[in-house]
Amino acid sequence: MLGSGILKGLGVTAKNFVGSYHDPARMVTQEYPDTPAKLPEAYRNFPFLVTENATDPMGTLRCVACQICEKECPPQCIYIEKSKDKKPDAAGKPQLYPAVFAIDTAVCMSCQLCVEVCPFDAIKMDHVFEVAATNRFEGLLLNREQLAKPNEYFHQIRPAEAAEVDGRLTAERKAAEEKARAAAAAKAAAPAKPAAPAATPAPKPAEGGAAP
Amino acid sequence: MNLETLPLQLRDWIVSLFPGALQWFVHHLLSITAILTVFGLFFAFTTIAERKLLARLQNRLGPNRSGLPWFRSLKLWGLTQPFADAIKAITKEDVVPAAADKVLHFLAPVVIVAFSLLGFAVLPFGRHLIPVELDAAILYFFAAGTATELAIFMAGWGSRNKYSLLAAMRALAQLISYELPLILSVVPVILVVGTLSTSEIALAQGGWTWGFLPHWHVFTPWGFAGFVIFLVAALAESNRSPFDLPEAESELIAGHLTEYSGFKYALFFMAEYFGLTALSGLGVTLFLGGWQAPFAFLEFIPSWLWFMGKLAGMIVFFIWIRGTLLRLRIDQLTRLAWKFLVPLALLNLGNAAFWALTAGWSGPLVLVRWGISAAIVIVPFLILGRRLSAGYASRTYRYAA
Amino acid sequence: MSCSDQSGLDAEFSTFGRPGGPTVRAVHDDFHGDLLEVSMGPQHPSTHGVFRMVVTLDGEQIVKLKPVFGYLHRNHEKIAEGTSYLASMPYTDRLDYLCSMTTNWAYALAVEKLSGQAVPDRAQYLRIIMAELTRLVNHSCLVGFLFNDLGTSFTPLLYAFREREKILDLFEALSGSRMMCNYQRFGGCRVDPSPEWLAAASALVDNFPRFLDEYETMLTGNEIMLARTQGIGRLDAQRAINAGITGPVLRASGVDYDIRKVDGTGFYSRFDFRVPLGAHGDTYDRYMMRILEMRESVKILQQAFKALPGGPIMDPKAKLRGFRPKAGEAYGRLESPKGELGFYLISDGSPNPWRYRVRPPSLINLTLLEEMCLGHTIADSVVILGSIDIVLGEVDR
Repeated sequence: MLGSGILKGLGVTAKNFVGSYHDPARMVTQEYPDTPAKLPEAYRNFPFLVTENATDPMGTLRCVACQICEKECPPQCIYIEKSKDKKPDAAGKPQLYPAVFAIDTAVCMSCQLCVEVCPFDAIKMDHVFEVAATNRFEGLLLNREQLAKPNEYFHQIRPAEAAEVDGRLTAERKAAEEKARAAAAAKAAAPAKPAAPAATPAPKPAEGGAAP
Repeated sequence: MNLETLPLQLRDWIVSLFPGALQWFVHHLLSITAILTVFGLFFAFTTIAERKLLARLQNRLGPNRSGLPWFRSLKLWGLTQPFADAIKAITKEDVVPAAADKVLHFLAPVVIVAFSLLGFAVLPFGRHLIPVELDAAILYFFAAGTATELAIFMAGWGSRNKYSLLAAMRALAQLISYELPLILSVVPVILVVGTLSTSEIALAQGGWTWGFLPHWHVFTPWGFAGFVIFLVAALAESNRSPFDLPEAESELIAGHLTEYSGFKYALFFMAEYFGLTALSGLGVTLFLGGWQAPFAFLEFIPSWLWFMGKLAGMIVFFIWIRGTLLRLRIDQLTRLAWKFLVPLALLNLGNAAFWALTAGWSGPLVLVRWGISAAIVIVPFLILGRRLSAGYASRTYRYAA
Repeated sequence: MSCSDQSGLDAEFSTFGRPGGPTVRAVHDDFHGDLLEVSMGPQHPSTHGVFRMVVTLDGEQIVKLKPVFGYLHRNHEKIAEGTSYLASMPYTDRLDYLCSMTTNWAYALAVEKLSGQAVPDRAQYLRIIMAELTRLVNHSCLVGFLFNDLGTSFTPLLYAFREREKILDLFEALSGSRMMCNYQRFGGCRVDPSPEWLAAASALVDNFPRFLDEYETMLTGNEIMLARTQGIGRLDAQRAINAGITGPVLRASGVDYDIRKVDGTGFYSRFDFRVPLGAHGDTYDRYMMRILEMRESVKILQQAFKALPGGPIMDPKAKLRGFRPKAGEAYGRLESPKGELGFYLISDGSPNPWRYRVRPPSLINLTLLEEMCLGHTIADSVVILGSIDIVLGEVDR
């Protein structure tokens, strides 16, 4: 019958109309900004630099200015200048740090390659999307101070990833400490060698026992 | 205080405040003011209702942010949106092309609004609430409504633009094609009731058969067919979806409204809504029983409230259709009018004549009467429908082996 | 475009006060007489991106149609010659921006062929899952926009997008971004979905046919829709094969060619699915192809979720940085939702490709637009363009 398709269509729209009042599947509007936007943990938008603590951000940046992210970035939006001196990092080793670390967020496409290639877990993806600037050039070029955010913030936005990174870094640090202790013990044992050449057999088992 | 006669009492009281010589003038001025106010507000709320209803159909909320300027915390759910839109339309720059015919360009929106409003004068809004009591009310209504088509041509011609003119002529072709089914669907009602006066047609639909079936014309076979044809033709006359190709084509090629901006543009759309409301009002009067209540026990609700309720129901139905259906192409549109609606409307005329002639039949013959009348509606519909949709059918698909 | 200045004919040029608005001119053709040339400018009311059609009309009928594109050309292939293979991956997201997962996979396929890289089983299954979810996303977009072009007031579009949003939310939870997923790598996938993600995706896929049923009830039998799309834009099978058309457009004309079956890309040969074929090659058939393909994709996804094996998602020997494939060339192709998407790479042993070429299915399907539109009206041309399914990011690269 001519018109039966039209009548069926009218029925479907009526069902959706009535459903919009009681069925959440048929009213999908979220009244943002009254209801906040729910972002999944994996959401990525613009990178940030991780600092170990919030009190001394520039002193505790994990970044060692190796410039790998600068090389791998597809639109070349990262600009790094190495420092002239070295500072001790969280494990105590003296490392270079970035004197200048700038990201042009007008160019950055949030592809996350910088995060993937960073060997030091120093740069991670942020969750910010309400970033508006009043100036297209200075406003969107973020420098080191603006990019640095503490590890607590990282835990807040990406709890699972931050926990995994922290676990890995702590394990690495522990392994490094054990190795350092073993090396120190070896060094401590070695000068004892020329001092007491007759007593060499005794320190050896101790040295062997100190090594993990 | 009787709600039913409240508007009349109010009017009489205001008229009595004026000296005798002015009373006739004040009486009619009040009617005009009342229509402009009521239907102006009705237009405003039709726009917001359309947006919100369409939104709900589409699983989203409509505009719900506008409130009042100084009482920001008062939640009005977006009901002041039409006033916000009106302020926006009024404050826009009015651009008139240098080459345009200034008089025609200015007059076209004025003429179209004026003639759309003229149709409201003969609609019976309540038992005694008709602004002008005319013996040839329906004739007057269609004369006023058809004059709006002239304004569209004025708009196209006054823009001094070859392509606006072409588009205006296409819009006019659509409107003229659908005048015929519109009027032909109304003639059966005039035939059966025997008068052109709208108030008498509304009166004639009183009473109930078997206690519950109202005598509304839509509940008779010829009336139902006439009502459906009237609905389709009314949609086409107001350029509403699914017949809004002239409006949509204006985005692709020049439309007849391209040289209009700001408030004049808003006036064209106001005229479109006024036309739709007036046609809906006529449909309610002729087919849906006008101000008559559907059941006897509901007669305590005043008649003007019934009229406005039925009018609102028709508008909601038109919005529902808009949210669901696709646009017809111009040749399909005109083919529908000439090859489908006009023959059906003519047959409906014969059907109504049969109905009027067999009014005396009673007893088992009543069933025969209904049967024959229904057959005259259904059989041509099926035959013509099959002819119209020849070559188009749902298909089944094969899959690769 | 030169203005015709033949005597006795006024060549009016009108832009109606809007920059980039439709420009309309009168032209004169010795065969047809006075014609109207309408330039449906780069800004369209009917979506699809920055695309221009210069249409010459004789009354209502189209006698000539010239598609003009290139407004979105971004030098992708030349940029890739100066960028490492890995760094080109996020750029492939932006080619066919609706189907980033599939474009990523096609590029990864080409590079893996070039370097002989192996891919673990779990990654192969995940790639198929993502590709079929992308097919659902793309075809929802297409049917929604097609109905928008046909003149519904956004209702079917919003219903289709309501479902698409759910899949995009899944992509966001997995890869971090709704559309620019950057998910495939050479040797596998970047992120392993959690069991919760797999459960949510599986539930969504099981619910999807209900949406398709509702959609079909609303629209497929609609008389106006039948009248507007059947018989419009016919494409003959032989002509389609000659012009290199691929994808649902080709299958709507009745040619049985689905790269998933022909090449058996990845592990597609392990799945049980059918390839729908049309008989008339008109717009209605192309629309129905998408609906039927969505149903088949649901079947593939249900099988994939059940059969997903454990294991690594990335080949442990794959190198992320410093990737230098041996000198040689490779062409990797797969059945993207739009057609045959292929990447042709020539390597000279350096970290950057020597030549990088994308075979864009949208562009090649677009070449027959004029033929399909001749004799129809402008309203139909918009619908035919919608049914071919183009994305300007891919057409212009």
